[in-house]
Amino acid sequence: MIDMLEQADRRAFLKIGAAVGGGLMLGLMRPSVAVAGATAETAAELNGYVRIAPDGIATIMAKNPEIGQGIKTMLPMLIAEELDIAWKDVRIEQADADARRFGQQIAGGSYATPLHWDPLRRVGAAARQMLIAAAAQRWQCHPAECATEPGMVVHAASGRKLGYGALAGIAATMPVPDLNNVPLKPEAGYRIIGKPTPQVDIDAIVTGKMQFGIDVEVPGMAYAVFAKCPVPGGKPVRANLDEISREKGVIATFVVDGSTDAPAGGLVSGVAIVADSWWRAEKARDKLRVEWDGGAIAAHSSAHFAAEAARLFGQPATAVIRKDGEVAKALAGAARTVEADYFYPFIGHATLEPQNCTASVIGDKVEIWAPTQAPARGIALIAETLGIPEANVTVHLIRCGGGFGRRLIADPMVEAAYIAKKASRPVKLLWSRKDDMQHDFYRPAGFHRLKGGLDASGRLVALHDHFVTFGKDGKVARSADLSASEFPAQLVPHCLYESSLIECGIPTGPLRAPGSNAIAFVFQSFMDELAHAAGKDPYQFQLDMLSEPRLLPTGRSLRPGSAEKVSFDTRRMADVLRKAASMSGWGKRRLPKRTGMGIACYFSHLGYFAEVALVAVSKDGTPSVEQVWVAADVGRHIINPSMAVNQVQGSVIDGIGSALFQQITIEKGGVVQANFNDHDLIRIDRAPIVEVEFLKTDFPPTGLGEPALPPAIPAICNAIHAATGKRIRSLPIDIALLRA
Amino acid sequence: MAGTVTLSINGLVSHLEVEEDMPLLWVLRDELGLRGTKFGCGAGLCGACTVHVDGAPTRSCITPVGAVAGSKVRTIEGVAADPVGRTVQAAWKEIDVPQCGYCQAGQIMAATALLTSTPVPTDADIDSAMAGNACRCATYSRIRAAIKRAGGLAAENRRAG
Repeated sequence: MIDMLEQADRRAFLKIGAAVGGGLMLGLMRPSVAVAGATAETAAELNGYVRIAPDGIATIMAKNPEIGQGIKTMLPMLIAEELDIAWKDVRIEQADADARRFGQQIAGGSYATPLHWDPLRRVGAAARQMLIAAAAQRWQCHPAECATEPGMVVHAASGRKLGYGALAGIAATMPVPDLNNVPLKPEAGYRIIGKPTPQVDIDAIVTGKMQFGIDVEVPGMAYAVFAKCPVPGGKPVRANLDEISREKGVIATFVVDGSTDAPAGGLVSGVAIVADSWWRAEKARDKLRVEWDGGAIAAHSSAHFAAEAARLFGQPATAVIRKDGEVAKALAGAARTVEADYFYPFIGHATLEPQNCTASVIGDKVEIWAPTQAPARGIALIAETLGIPEANVTVHLIRCGGGFGRRLIADPMVEAAYIAKKASRPVKLLWSRKDDMQHDFYRPAGFHRLKGGLDASGRLVALHDHFVTFGKDGKVARSADLSASEFPAQLVPHCLYESSLIECGIPTGPLRAPGSNAIAFVFQSFMDELAHAAGKDPYQFQLDMLSEPRLLPTGRSLRPGSAEKVSFDTRRMADVLRKAASMSGWGKRRLPKRTGMGIACYFSHLGYFAEVALVAVSKDGTPSVEQVWVAADVGRHIINPSMAVNQVQGSVIDGIGSALFQQITIEKGGVVQANFNDHDLIRIDRAPIVEVEFLKTDFPPTGLGEPALPPAIPAICNAIHAATGKRIRSLPIDIALLRA
Repeated sequence: MAGTVTLSINGLVSHLEVEEDMPLLWVLRDELGLRGTKFGCGAGLCGACTVHVDGAPTRSCITPVGAVAGSKVRTIEGVAADPVGRTVQAAWKEIDVPQCGYCQAGQIMAATALLTSTPVPTDADIDSAMAGNACRCATYSRIRAAIKRAGGLAAENRRAG
């Protein structure tokens, strides 16, 4: 009884403490308040980001999932800048999934920077205005007489000062300013934005204390593995569950009857084993014998896909993506034509932390601890699968050991929830590496037959791409499309992009710089081929195409439904090309034998990138990428230069690794590769020096998780051509073709 | 198969009632709650699970606990007890190495072992000692810089001390 009273008192104290000392909580903004430059939907997100304690320490909520892109540090920097507080006085708290409070919480598309640049600065600025209002009330003066210095409000005329901690309680009672009109700092006076800022979790990471999804521990928790059919969409017919249930540590084992459209990312059929340790569950799986109904795609194979592509190339394409002018006529009349077939394979995401999720189901309430890039999709899928309202699903955002697009898909979340429910206890589901590699949503393979026509002056006048891609029931598969605005469309008078589909049930999905990570290889390599055919320097060839300053529509919006359309600015691309050329000494270096330089440029995710690679090819054909120079234009501020450079260097090396080592092949409907021995990650000994420069231009800042990757691959392939005369038209790079 | 396995982990002696074929990784993570050591591949291919066994960098995911009975094991949670380990951590912070951070415990353990045996490593030394540790985010530029920085910091410490 005494304990209970004490507890009640303590709760009361905490509540009062929160009201008085917890201070300023920006929880009052109404969804109807529109924010300049963003949609009403964005504005609705703006609440509950900042609280300030009596000691002046500000706690700022990090709304988005952290997957290694540094967003947990960067988004709060925007708020802190306009709040006007010293970064050392900021603490950052990872938000749970809460769409009502934070709106869309997603790590994808390099969208976080462009979508939050304005709104989150306004959140900080609004908090600052409330602190100023509080000080003005205390001093009985007009707020306009007050200004701020980091962490305090000052009254210049009288020299009075008050710290944010002392003002927070009153500030919390002040009306929330209109976010549209809240004054923002002059950008030249920034103290936080633009300063290299170590990531907030650095101490936890280097000491092993950082909690990733795989590290979540819930009282009473058991551990699960989930065995799925090697062929996507297959189902278990029978399994030796009795035998498995007798294995050491096994608590429960059962068949999961999944939805039939599993490749779309729903609950897959399989056999769950729940045990008192993950290793015992995994060990029991060694004895699992399942008879699978292999599903509809058991005849799929990579060889079959290649044969299909060859057949489809011999037929008219089935869909037109873009058509300008008369491409056939222009090709026939061209002074010179170039034809080439390109191929890139399926590849996996291979996040180093395998897919996992921890779930607890009590009655019709579900609590999830998920390393996810898109919690809302998991909530929707779990609610639909378990037949409960979305409001009954709580998701804690846990740091992801890499994302790369894999964790946009919620299959591990729904599996964990389903298994926990059926096992009647909290469960941590962890996939083995083989599970992870064989049940991915792959970057789709693709086949391109390109024809280019040059006029007598060497100008590209006609371009034709027949793109053989993958689809299901006549619809293009996820991330397997080609944009109608794909460069150099709109800069070539006769341009025809068309496609044909290979029917395919292999799950596909977004991988870092979706589409672009493959298309850039094809188109930027072909530009290099055309330049050589035209007798021009490849750098000059592309620069000439970009010479007229133009804003080319891409047909894309900043976000779905947004009125803000994205254009491709030829001037910005020409400028990064020039910069990359000057950084690298393009055309001015004397290079040893079998060493060459290649150049490529690419626009994706609102970022303009030009990259030059220096590659030496050994006699046995092994390409050694020695250095890459990157010139980038992502707007007028690099919000956190420390993470920005890290992202660019990592993207470039990641791209090179995929081109050197990665390929998923299909046999009998299933994935052949099972671990890093056959789908490797690039290692330190193959990683080049990557030099990065950002051109600061007068545009709002945009994202960096993706756009540096696409041009890295054609840059190295073009360098290999310069070194050896051999053209890489198929990935991964086959070193046997490059032997001296 | 279950028996008592005695191990010293980060200086503390543990008597564990576990199967001798349970990999050290899962003993650390699920039996002892030391989750700083990570699971990446289960096959000794990625290095995320690297710990020190009697000072040698070891892939704990393929090391049966019975095979290291009586050994001294050091994990990321205990690496600060080692002066080289502390220096590596300091350099990692100064350079702000990680992206997602998942491989970093293994990287730091491998780098600590390298710098213990080779206080001033060349690029070739770094390549051969660290190529077994994959970083999916490819923060290799900073891993290399941090190892060199740690080597420099250690030399400064030696001169000062």
